[in-house]
Amino acid sequence: MSSSRERWAAGPIFPEKVDGRMTEAAIQRGFSLLAQPSPASQRTPGTWARALFRTAVIAAGIAALLLTAPGRLHAQAECLACHADKTLQDANGHSVTVDGDHFGASVHGVFKCNDCHINIKEYPHPDQVVKVDCKKCHADEASGLTGSVHANAAEHPCMSCHGDAHSIFPKADSRSNVYPLNIPHTCGACHGNDGMAQKHGLASVFPSYMDSIHGFALSKEGLLVAANCQSCHGSHHILSHTNPESPTYKANIPKTCGSCHAQINDDYMGGAHGKAVAGGNLKAPVCTDCHTAHSILQPTEAAFRMQSTPICGSCHKDKLSTYHDTFHSQLGLLGGYVETARCWDCHGAHGILPASDPKSPIAPANLIATCGRCHNGANRSFVQYQPHANAHDRKLNPALYFIRLFMNLLLAGTLTFFLIHTLLWLIRARYNQIKKKTAEGDKNA
Amino acid sequence: MPDLEKVAANNTPPGGSPGRFFQRFTREQRYLHGVLFSTFLGLAGTGLPLRFSESIWARGLARGVGGFGAILFFHKLCAVVLTIAFLIHLKEIFTRGILHGEKGIFWGSTSMVANWKDVKDLVGHLRWFVGLGPKPEFERYAYWEKFDYWAVFWGMIVIGFSGYAMWFAPFFAHFLPGWALNAVLVIHSEEGLLAILFIFSIHFVNTHLRPDSFPMDMVVFTGVESEEEFKHKRPLEYERLAREGKLESRLGEAPQTWQVNFSKVIGFTAIFIGLTLLVLTLSAYFI
Repeated sequence: MSSSRERWAAGPIFPEKVDGRMTEAAIQRGFSLLAQPSPASQRTPGTWARALFRTAVIAAGIAALLLTAPGRLHAQAECLACHADKTLQDANGHSVTVDGDHFGASVHGVFKCNDCHINIKEYPHPDQVVKVDCKKCHADEASGLTGSVHANAAEHPCMSCHGDAHSIFPKADSRSNVYPLNIPHTCGACHGNDGMAQKHGLASVFPSYMDSIHGFALSKEGLLVAANCQSCHGSHHILSHTNPESPTYKANIPKTCGSCHAQINDDYMGGAHGKAVAGGNLKAPVCTDCHTAHSILQPTEAAFRMQSTPICGSCHKDKLSTYHDTFHSQLGLLGGYVETARCWDCHGAHGILPASDPKSPIAPANLIATCGRCHNGANRSFVQYQPHANAHDRKLNPALYFIRLFMNLLLAGTLTFFLIHTLLWLIRARYNQIKKKTAEGDKNA
Repeated sequence: MPDLEKVAANNTPPGGSPGRFFQRFTREQRYLHGVLFSTFLGLAGTGLPLRFSESIWARGLARGVGGFGAILFFHKLCAVVLTIAFLIHLKEIFTRGILHGEKGIFWGSTSMVANWKDVKDLVGHLRWFVGLGPKPEFERYAYWEKFDYWAVFWGMIVIGFSGYAMWFAPFFAHFLPGWALNAVLVIHSEEGLLAILFIFSIHFVNTHLRPDSFPMDMVVFTGVESEEEFKHKRPLEYERLAREGKLESRLGEAPQTWQVNFSKVIGFTAIFIGLTLLVLTLSAYFI
């Protein structure tokens, strides 16, 4: 028994064990080895001996795993003889306590202490311990970090995300800092209010995310599939959104969001904006331009409906200006009422198509249906209404142009005449009044 | 009735005899004016935030009323009430002028219809303003009063029609061309703006705030005015009635104190709301 313990402690039997969850996979592989012995024709005494030995090792391993819970590892137990002491401190006054139970249960619990603390070979050990180098085993993750926004290991040590070095759990374990439901809190520790990110001039995105539909799905519903930080940003190789390789680079955003929102991505890529972005026009909006990256409001919410029109209008300035002249806009701007038509109520949201496309909601043949969604009884004459008529454009809207001109002249003419008329009257009447009073005063005197 | 005497004395110029009061407006006419100005204030107060929805005060005002839904509800409510009042007025004109053949409704010195004298009065009045002639003497309705009346009359038809065309757009689209649906908003908002600017500046000053009536002409609230005021403001009507011996038939009772006070509260509230809306409207252009 003790020899098998030493065998476990000496190093991994199966390479899968490096990844925490794989311990079970390794066990399963052990079982499959037992279940499928070599063909009889090949069974020489040598192979029999090897098979027997392998079976014994695996059985011992399983037994070790199942039967010996805390302090099961000889080497750990030796270190914990001192380091379990909760008051133990190093020369600098830092606690050097290790909770053996925690560590034993963690993903690295199967290792000896000096698998990581490599310069400690015997007791007593040197006062100065060499800094643990995670990339010795986690080379892929380390290479991912290179060039990422968190590349500076001094500012962003592995533990800043993965938590206490002695309590690291696999990412599928709900105790892990990088378990999907815990990721936003882990990232939010820096990227939230009063976080490190603000000291570096980055926005506080954590509260926005938590209030978003994604954050809600994650925190309230506990959906593992809800987008968390790393769904969009990646984990180790996080790049700035200005980097063309980043999943949050503008041109890559449809693909990033589309990895979950596949149907919408298809619609979008078929529409004017998607085609423009695919064609390299980065002025065209991607998902985040309308929905924002983190606070993502429900499109049915008043706040979203209020903010959506100016977003479209930031490019389509002439259309926004003519929209502002209409009843739709006048009502819409007052807020508190969200039903008045915004851009995408008529134009569609994702697959926006020109009126010349028969599939477009604003194609002449579809107008009755499109307008009819709000206006019961919309008919052919009704849909001749121009939601973007320009009363200042004589060529485009002559009737409207002259009506506006007439109304303006009527307004200006009437007011000008009567303002002069009434001002003169006021002066004259006041003059007469004073003259009369003076005359009366003279009489009385 | 000491109250009466007091009021009478208040309405009499110093030195003049505490005089008689003459009826100028009937109860129905005063109620009509009341309905007209209260619905007009309601329409203006709920229409302006729409017209100037981009201004800083529009959303605040809308929120104060209860959001956009409430604004539109009040606007339509006032519109319906005003429409009913307008129809009652039309019916009265029809009954008096056509069914009963009452003289002086459509023509003559007591009619609202403009005549040649109004043109001469306007020119004469303007000349008097700048000291080029004597002050014209007015009949029952002076030219600016007729203008007020017809401006409101025309305004109600134009604003009312364009308003209902927007309210029931799919229905009106059966008779109107498509571009007319665009036009009705322009017409409604420009004509409404004209009405608001005109009433809250020109009508207020012409009728209430000018020195002869300052701070408010109470006749539209109480229905009566003193003999002195009558003679001063409309000498021709006074003379005509005296000549025809009808002066006595127009005698009215002096208004009671509560009537005057009540009228003042209502009137000044209306003027205050109107001037506030005027300031907001003008601010939308300059701020």
